[in-house]
Amino acid sequence: MPNDESSPALPRVVVTLPAALVNLFPGSARRVEVSATTVGDVMDALDSRWPGMRDRICDSTPGIRRHVNVFVEGERATLATRLAPGAEVMVMTAISGG
Amino acid sequence: MARRVLILVGTKKGVFIIESDAERRSWKLRGPFCETWPMNHVIADPVTGTIYGGGGNEWFGPAIWKSTDMGATWTHSSEGLAYQAGEAPIKAVWSVAPSAGRLYAGVEPAGLFRSDDGGQSWQHIAGLRNHPSRPDWQPGGGGLILHSLVPHPNDDGQLWVGISSAGVFHTADGGETWEARNRGTRADFLPEGQKYPEYGQCVHCLVMAPGMSAPLYQQNHCGMYRSRDGGRHWDSIEAGLPSTFGFPAAVHPRDPATLYLLPLNGDSAGRYVPDGKAAVWRTRDSGDKWEALRGGLPQENAFFGVLRQAMGTDRLEPAGVYFGTNTGTLFASADEGDSWHCIAQYLPAIFSVETLVVEA
Repeated sequence: MPNDESSPALPRVVVTLPAALVNLFPGSARRVEVSATTVGDVMDALDSRWPGMRDRICDSTPGIRRHVNVFVEGERATLATRLAPGAEVMVMTAISGG
Repeated sequence: MARRVLILVGTKKGVFIIESDAERRSWKLRGPFCETWPMNHVIADPVTGTIYGGGGNEWFGPAIWKSTDMGATWTHSSEGLAYQAGEAPIKAVWSVAPSAGRLYAGVEPAGLFRSDDGGQSWQHIAGLRNHPSRPDWQPGGGGLILHSLVPHPNDDGQLWVGISSAGVFHTADGGETWEARNRGTRADFLPEGQKYPEYGQCVHCLVMAPGMSAPLYQQNHCGMYRSRDGGRHWDSIEAGLPSTFGFPAAVHPRDPATLYLLPLNGDSAGRYVPDGKAAVWRTRDSGDKWEALRGGLPQENAFFGVLRQAMGTDRLEPAGVYFGTNTGTLFASADEGDSWHCIAQYLPAIFSVETLVVEA
């Protein structure tokens, strides 16, 4: 599992990404470990490692995109949601399209 | 030197590239590209050969895709392609146009962006959304979209845009200030006495013929028009056509008086080709007279439409003309529209058709 070494002082969390997102960023992976205390930190870490990934998950309102959901320990989250050390963060595509 | 032509097809489910030699008798299809994203407009910069695709994915938002190797590999970016926090976020890119080393992108909700580094990063041209008419802009059936981008061929400060349904706007100072240019175009959907407003018309497609003092043409929700003064005044050219409604318009690559339209049967009648019989309509005199081109096109039980960016021409001689249907069929003519062949079918709904001619 790829590790983010950029902020070793912050707690580590595990992030799961949807395949349709991973396909857009060569070298990315379905499970990633990053240092973060909020979901917003997770976005920063992902964007730092794969530039542009935040824009695929978040829009300019700012917030998580309408048809993307982020769950923390099974609960639907926002960018402000705080993360406990070792938290499981799941980024999922919602039902959409046609 | 031998040449080959690439038809760049944006669809509801990705980009396809269909290729032939200059004879244009046999075609080979590649795709889908761009991870099957809905791609509203795919173009090529004729100077560099770089292909750009603008689209938007319901999950992941808007992006400009780019290929520098004729579609073999693609990258994407939306860096800077955003409005300020608190505004409705951008859903999709609807149009892309190169001009003088720059790239322009029109988006939904309607706005204009510019890239000076080949599509890697984007800057908002805020002047357009600062136009005093903006609070009144109403979405058309496809949304509030900036779908037509027409850079001036010799003056990189000038640009025309078409917004549904705000109308045509022109800048002469690189986007700082804008002027509505809709005089003479109708808005049949407004009450009597208000049918010729300053702005708010539903332009469907805006194109400029080749040449220094070339006319502008537009297919509107309510009629077809020509302007010989940069859009300050528009004249109706719908007489002789089977309806006043359609989406695409395409100009001949060398003759500014030759224009192709594909009228549909009306905005509330199904938006099919009239009577279930497909025809491209051609004028050779800037819209005074029209002829129906039906050779090789289905003449019974055809119930498709053609969307606003789904017709184009190539720059070969004689010029090729192409259109794609909302039912996923692509038709081609290698003789300026006199005869047609189906060159691809069973594709996803076709949103755009553009061409690139390269040396083999």
